[in-house]
Amino acid sequence: MAELLKKDQMKPGAIVEGGTMAKLNTGVWRTYVPMTDLEKCTNCLMCWIFCPDSAIKVSGGERHETDLQYCKGCGICAAECPVDAIEMKLESDVPPDDKKG
Amino acid sequence: MATTSLKQLSDMPELLSGGHAACPGCAGPIVIRQILLAAQQDDVYVVSSIATGCMEVSTTVYPNSAWRVPLVHNAFENSAATISGAEAAYRSLKRQGKIDKKVAFFAWGGDGGTYDIGLQSLSGALERGHNFTYVCYDNEAYMNTGIQRSGATPKGAFTTTAPAGKVSPGKGQTKKDLTAIVAAHGIPYVAQASPHRPRDLMKKVQKAVATEGPAFLNVLSPCPRGWRHPPEQTIEIAKLACETCVWQLFEIEDGKTTVNYKPKERKPVRDWLESQGRFRHLFAPRNEHLIEEIQADVDRKWERLLALEAMDKAQAD
Repeated sequence: MAELLKKDQMKPGAIVEGGTMAKLNTGVWRTYVPMTDLEKCTNCLMCWIFCPDSAIKVSGGERHETDLQYCKGCGICAAECPVDAIEMKLESDVPPDDKKG
Repeated sequence: MATTSLKQLSDMPELLSGGHAACPGCAGPIVIRQILLAAQQDDVYVVSSIATGCMEVSTTVYPNSAWRVPLVHNAFENSAATISGAEAAYRSLKRQGKIDKKVAFFAWGGDGGTYDIGLQSLSGALERGHNFTYVCYDNEAYMNTGIQRSGATPKGAFTTTAPAGKVSPGKGQTKKDLTAIVAAHGIPYVAQASPHRPRDLMKKVQKAVATEGPAFLNVLSPCPRGWRHPPEQTIEIAKLACETCVWQLFEIEDGKTTVNYKPKERKPVRDWLESQGRFRHLFAPRNEHLIEEIQADVDRKWERLLALEAMDKAQAD
């Protein structure tokens, strides 16, 4: 993955490599954490297409866990899930080991 | 073949990385993600420019970028002019046999960079007929500088420069109909879309990319901070805008209008206004008459759109 740049590493013409913000951790913004029950999930992928933070991992038509490095806890996924497989829980109420996204 | 099947798209690379700095629940990145997924298929590469605005400041925080496609930021007013130059250079290189990649050119702008500040460069690029797609993510005010009114702010909405109080009931003027202004240029493809209908939006993107010449997409982009609604309701609010016909989903192909979504029963505009804090003051007794005015305005626009569709259909038959 492209490395995050420091200010003094700016190249002439202000050209930077794409996708370097992927190194940032916007998960620290979160107040509520989405807890997903993948057993309930029907892989409709609506949570993925509506996620503003590219935080829901998918492949081959299947939904995997939420990437908590990026998830800001907006709760759109939980609001739009047609089978209520996602529950938003207060981050401080969830023990670190239980946070699977 | 370009697809809008979510199952097939799930194997596509994510072209807007996570880690960008848009607010939680912002519709802007949802719009960008859906459009990039739809556009970058069948060996088509996306090259884009972006006007100053929310998405520019939040996805290209100095000196980094969340975009995995080439993106140029130039100034507030010239997203369309910038991409015009890139597209003209591409045509020249192609003529000289120096490039053989298929490239889809995209210009992005918020409502500030499109309805107001970038309107002249957009108009010029449309008139010159460059082969590009302009996407306006319309969040109805200058949000990243702190919610100042723009030409896209609807009547009655609170902004910091159109405050609501005893003297002023929010913005006094109606929203500029930019889609009609763009359509008046006679370009081959113009559409309005919303992120709550991803397949409709993505189909429109694919039509825009396949269009020879300029195409324009105006996409509603709810803003939890500026519209004063909880972040998880972003998609719900976009849906409500279409159900109340405050925002209409339609496309104009070679001058012919097609309405893509007609609610079975139109919800009253009151439902839309109630859903957001920026309209809260309209429910005070002294402002109630404004709700009727807004409803009448929405009714008139909706009936006009349906009449346009019927007229174009009658002409085709």
